[in-house]
Amino acid sequence: MYRLLTLASQVVLAAGEEGAAEGGHEAEGGHEAIVPGITDGPLVEWAWLIVVVPIIAVFIILFWGKKLPFKGWEVAEGALGFVALYGTVLMYFNATQGIVYEGAIEIARIGDYHLEWGWMVDGLSIMMYFLVGVVGLLVFTYAKGYMKGDVRFTWFFVSFSLFAGGMLVLVAAPNLIQLIVGWELVGVSSYLLIAHYWEDFANVDAGNKAFMVNKVADAGLFLGAIIMAVSVGSFNFADIIDVVVHGEEGMLSQYAFWTGLLIFIGAMGKSAQFPLHVWLPDAMAGPTPVSALMHAATMVTAGVYLLGRLFPFYIDEAGIFGGDVRDIIIVIGGLTLFLTGFIAIVQDDIKKVLAYSTVSQLGYMVAAMGAGAYTAGLFHLFTHAFFKALLFLAAGSVIHAVHSNNMSDMGGLRKKMPITFWTFIAGTLALIGIFPFAGFFSKDEILASMKYSGQHGQDVANFILILGIAGAFITAFYMTRAVALTFFGEYKGHATPHESPKMMAYPLIGLGFFAVTAGWINFPGVYTGFTTWLATRVPLTGMGDHHADGLDWALVLIVTPTVLAGVAIGWWLYGKDKATQAERDTFRIPVLWPLFENLYYIDDFYMNGIVRPTMGPIARIVLWWDMNVIDGIVNVVGAGSLGVAKVVRTVDSNVVDGLYNEIGAGVDGLGSSLRRSFTGRIQQYAAFSFIGVVVIAVLFIIL
Amino acid sequence: MLFAVDIVSFADWFKEAANWAFLIIAVPTLLSAWRTVSSSNIVRAVLYLVVSLAGTAALFLMLGAAFVGWTVVLVYIGAVIILFLIGIMITRAPLGMESDLSHGRDVKTPAALLAVVLFAVITWAVVDAFGASMILPFEPTSTSDLANILFDRFVIPFEIVSFVLLAALIGSITLARKDDGGESE
Amino acid sequence: MTIVQFLIVGAALFSMGLYGVITRKNAVLLLASVELMLAGVNVNMVAFDVYLTDQLHSGQIFTLFIIAIAAAEVGIGIAIILMIFRNRQSADVDELNLMKG
Repeated sequence: MYRLLTLASQVVLAAGEEGAAEGGHEAEGGHEAIVPGITDGPLVEWAWLIVVVPIIAVFIILFWGKKLPFKGWEVAEGALGFVALYGTVLMYFNATQGIVYEGAIEIARIGDYHLEWGWMVDGLSIMMYFLVGVVGLLVFTYAKGYMKGDVRFTWFFVSFSLFAGGMLVLVAAPNLIQLIVGWELVGVSSYLLIAHYWEDFANVDAGNKAFMVNKVADAGLFLGAIIMAVSVGSFNFADIIDVVVHGEEGMLSQYAFWTGLLIFIGAMGKSAQFPLHVWLPDAMAGPTPVSALMHAATMVTAGVYLLGRLFPFYIDEAGIFGGDVRDIIIVIGGLTLFLTGFIAIVQDDIKKVLAYSTVSQLGYMVAAMGAGAYTAGLFHLFTHAFFKALLFLAAGSVIHAVHSNNMSDMGGLRKKMPITFWTFIAGTLALIGIFPFAGFFSKDEILASMKYSGQHGQDVANFILILGIAGAFITAFYMTRAVALTFFGEYKGHATPHESPKMMAYPLIGLGFFAVTAGWINFPGVYTGFTTWLATRVPLTGMGDHHADGLDWALVLIVTPTVLAGVAIGWWLYGKDKATQAERDTFRIPVLWPLFENLYYIDDFYMNGIVRPTMGPIARIVLWWDMNVIDGIVNVVGAGSLGVAKVVRTVDSNVVDGLYNEIGAGVDGLGSSLRRSFTGRIQQYAAFSFIGVVVIAVLFIIL
Repeated sequence: MLFAVDIVSFADWFKEAANWAFLIIAVPTLLSAWRTVSSSNIVRAVLYLVVSLAGTAALFLMLGAAFVGWTVVLVYIGAVIILFLIGIMITRAPLGMESDLSHGRDVKTPAALLAVVLFAVITWAVVDAFGASMILPFEPTSTSDLANILFDRFVIPFEIVSFVLLAALIGSITLARKDDGGESE
Repeated sequence: MTIVQFLIVGAALFSMGLYGVITRKNAVLLLASVELMLAGVNVNMVAFDVYLTDQLHSGQIFTLFIIAIAAAEVGIGIAIILMIFRNRQSADVDELNLMKG
């Protein structure tokens, strides 16, 4: 037990076969030979600390947080700082030498099944460690300023650390069981965080909604994971991917479609894909740092990460596994990115604008996965984490200053909050994808991959490509609107706005730096390091991924003007200052706008179509069961007891009582003398009896 | 000499990796146990009980008693805690701090003294008797073995326990049921 | 691993439970403290079972019995507390001194 099973890193080198470069694209075909430089040694063997340290921090804050000088914040910050540092070191060594390692310890045996707890150290997980560490560190720094004076400050950092820790458990998971444990840790801590201000009932509702929607999706993940594990005979990703890579016909290939679909439903819930996206905008009820972390590095990235982890299954080179699911994935992603973008246009709450924007960007990532573009999807995840965290923190800074979430209470903050303004602009440019900001590279790569897939047999990708370009236009439009309404024109609020304290401003600058530069690590045609970093995986196989060899100029020439047109139209409509919000929102398209404002009636449908109709009958059935069955049993038992009691009573009054009276008189005298020690307090009796026990025990030992 | 047998030296003890794992489990368990009996927030006390029982479950897993460990998780953490929470909710105990959950210092001090003495006596006794005894490497208990023993050798106690459970079930329903008139006077 | 370390954890859980049983006024928390004492006993049982390499695994079997009985005890206990609460609007065991002589 607790044997350290240092599993030998599996190196499955597929026969090298250079993919032919086509249309500015390189089809890797899964056969690029990568020889990892690091497969053992202390650097990776101690990487379990990344997972354990935040979890230990949770307990330290829980037990001693309130007594510490910064109320537990410093512990959380220290833990995340450690993760960030370790992640950076791993990132460096992975970039220079390549790391593939899987460590595990056995924690329990159930029959023949060995439950293992492990940690993956490969390109994919290292990227996530880095992301959670760095973004988390900056957000935690910011949160100290933002949460100052909160009544549950320490508790907030307990759940926040658990949130980050759960994500790290999920990322480190070498098997589906641990992944699900992390998945649920993230789910439960997000519930705690969303409902952090539980005094307001609406926030509790938002937390419940997030929990319920995620649970619906989790059911899919559980079923999918179980089918997959049963058909492969192992929960380990390495074994599953082994089966997939070798194209073994068997149970997995037989149920591949349903397995893939069910697991994708799980990913849809966490990554907020249409139509399960409804929880994410409501999750805005939590404190802003929570939104920032939730929308950037943790939680919503979990679904995309899972798709990335099982990518060989979905890319399906053998043609017998989850390949058919990919069309569903790309369509869901495409619909999400297109439909939710429109909702962002009509929102007044600045955080809701950003929330729907996140859903839309997640749509891009999922669609990229569906198009078979592993690198592109994860690259967008990587860059998006930085600029969306930045946008949320900047929005939080604005909210902190004007004490309102609504853009109708803002305006003209450009001069009053220069740092917030400029960092928000940087985040916006990155999000809408203007060269050379981060979003330009990642979004362009996704669109290029869709084009490539469209030309190579995945017909639906062509359609999604058009949606993707339209989505870029919508993104530009609503972000321009948000910037114009928040930072330009006249100030309309009531509080006196001021720049946020340094503790909150510095993380903005830090994230702003990444928002500008994060894209350069995968500059098609110049430097494509990110592609090779992600190619080191456990087990080491070719990815079947296709990624850009150079910029696709035709696409750039379509997308960039589209984006600029979105900015121009947005500015034309919202740039001029108007006295009131009503005057600003004169631009409305009759049928569409009410549709967007009512969120396509999806929430109403869930409430009226599913929640209410099921709640009523279930309550009635339970009531009926209780009234008739349970009470019936009780009544029968009661009647039986009554009969027995009657018999006993006859015996009692005639036989026993006579005897009793005789003895009773004798005992009465004894009882009244002992009476004083009977206080009627059970606890006192317990205490005395244990004193007796101790005395007897001591006597036994001494004698 | 204080003890009848040699005890394991601390230096040797800390050299074993499993003991570190033991510490990682045992320390939170005991801290939570302490908070269970000392917290002045009723809900929190019960939630600390969850952590504490989870810790004992982890100790069982460490000892290779996987089935017992998972039973603790299912029965205690799953069901019994829910009962506790329902008990708290129904008795409408106010949430948040409450000074009225424990006795005052006049009871606490002797109780603490008694608990410490009891602990000291037990500890002394077990160290005296088993100070140097190591748990030898063992095979985890297989669930099927356990099941065979339970339904073979211990089948009568098992049946009795199940009868007790049934009686408790009916008893608690009868007790908790609201009597709306009828034969009650 | 030594057997003593597990026994000490069991003893500590038991003692803390005892402390809770004596000091708690709220009936629900009293039951929670009893659970802690039982948990301490269970740790002892399983530790000895492993230490003695019992072929019958009596320690584990009896731990299972204790768990079952404890579950019954909590069920009855909560029901009783509920009854008392209905009658007296309080779950404070100090007021339960009907047994006072």
